[in-house]
Amino acid sequence: MSPDQSAEQARRAVETVWRMEWPRLVAGLTRVVGDIDAAEELAQDALVAALEQWPRDGVPPNPGGWLMLTAKHRAIDRVRRNQTFARKLAELGHELVTEQPDSPEPDNAVEDDLLRMMFTACHPVLPEQARVALTLRLLGGLTTEEIARAFVVTESTVAQRIVRAKRTIAAKRVPYEVPGSDELPERLNSVLAVVYLIFNEGYSATTGNDWVRFELCQDALRLGRVLAELLPAEPEVHGLVALLELQASRLPARTGPANDVVLLADQNRSRWDRLLIRRGLAALGRANAVARDRSLPPGSYALQAAIAAVHAMAATPGDTDWRRIAGLYAVLAERFPSPIVELNRAVAVSKVHGPAAGLDLVDTLVTAGVLDTYHLRYAVRGDLLVQLDRYEEARAEFTRAAELTGNKAERALLLDRAAASARRASVAGEIRSGGT
Amino acid sequence: MRYMMLIHVDPATAPEPDAALMEQMGKVIEEMTKAGVLLDTNGLRPITEATKITQTGGKQTVIDGPFTESKEVVGGYCILQTKSKEEAVEWSARFLAVHGPEWDIEVEIRQIAEPA
Repeated sequence: MSPDQSAEQARRAVETVWRMEWPRLVAGLTRVVGDIDAAEELAQDALVAALEQWPRDGVPPNPGGWLMLTAKHRAIDRVRRNQTFARKLAELGHELVTEQPDSPEPDNAVEDDLLRMMFTACHPVLPEQARVALTLRLLGGLTTEEIARAFVVTESTVAQRIVRAKRTIAAKRVPYEVPGSDELPERLNSVLAVVYLIFNEGYSATTGNDWVRFELCQDALRLGRVLAELLPAEPEVHGLVALLELQASRLPARTGPANDVVLLADQNRSRWDRLLIRRGLAALGRANAVARDRSLPPGSYALQAAIAAVHAMAATPGDTDWRRIAGLYAVLAERFPSPIVELNRAVAVSKVHGPAAGLDLVDTLVTAGVLDTYHLRYAVRGDLLVQLDRYEEARAEFTRAAELTGNKAERALLLDRAAASARRASVAGEIRSGGT
Repeated sequence: MRYMMLIHVDPATAPEPDAALMEQMGKVIEEMTKAGVLLDTNGLRPITEATKITQTGGKQTVIDGPFTESKEVVGGYCILQTKSKEEAVEWSARFLAVHGPEWDIEVEIRQIAEPA
């Protein structure tokens, strides 16, 4: 290997370790300096130091500790050098300068820092998109460029969102803390919703050309798993992880060779990821066990995961226990009513009681004027109409659904189905006119 | 990206892991779990208990252990989900680092084939 190559290899190794340690580093430094921006700057300074020293001296045995110590030393240097920064750190300067640099951090302090950061980044005072961007940046260790690519927006948009979010956190004095038990359930919902949002954007992208963005799903899964380790006594955290693992298990079967959409019923189930199914079922078991221990009813994510588990356990679409799924949707609809749940329940009911029963439920949504701009309402209605041999109406529904989706692969599928319905409508028309 | 790290040891020279090592390995595994990268891990029972099936020319032969002559066998595995190969290498290095100087141990890191 040439010196250039080995230098490049060393640089990549340093960057990797730095990225692995980044969330813990920034979270820990934020606690020390009380400011996310300053913490990020200090973390970056520590990287520069690592880039200088590690390729020469080797990666230290405890890289995370090394980076934290170096960052803290930099903080002290700055306090001494830079008066503006010193003002910012006024009350903390003394603590930093006098702190024993090699005093070991208690093990759980790091975990607490991560949790604090999670709750800060997902604070309801921030707009949803900002929560997503900030979580991916601070806890997923993604660069603004990577976030921009994942969400098909410009890098400057992401950068702006992050800057504004940090400003809001400072202006509204969002506390850097894990909420107390009285506030925890509500605030935890926001954290879980952000992780789920990230996953969903990867699972079926709302815009752009790709139907699935694996990396975003993986980031969400990773964040969920971290959260499950941090809050093991919260059933819904395990419920969300179960849901994500089970849904992710289908990812390999969800796209065809041309990056086209393959729906659940048409998926090659031998391509489902057995390891993730096993992990999902285990997480669901934990969710139920923790809920039982605390005498809590199953939460929304656990119920959705239970539905995903029924699909996961069916070897063929024909083996699917639709009765159980319809029952779970009924519980979900009662406890967490939403039009989307109702739409999914309509599909399950149609499998148990026939397409007409499903259509009745969808038409209730249509009459109520809900989900009018949601493409899947039209797609589901179209599907039920096909089963009832009402092809002309089905064609119109699929066409409308295709207009409403922002995803190219999904639009292609829906237009295909519209065309197929049109063909069958004309065949049915010929048969009818031929018969008269 | 998923990586399988295969932990190779020579059963003739490898010492029995003592309680301190087990604890250290447990810590690294816990760290991997808390970082959300560990999908699965386990040790394998000794090679002496293994069974091999060979097939040549369409004919199968089943042979039970012990295979005492085996060198550098797979002693255990971890399946990791990481952002890059470098990250999988770093975790594996941390796993190896807890083994004392009495160990001759090697980790092979292989990417698991996945749809792009």
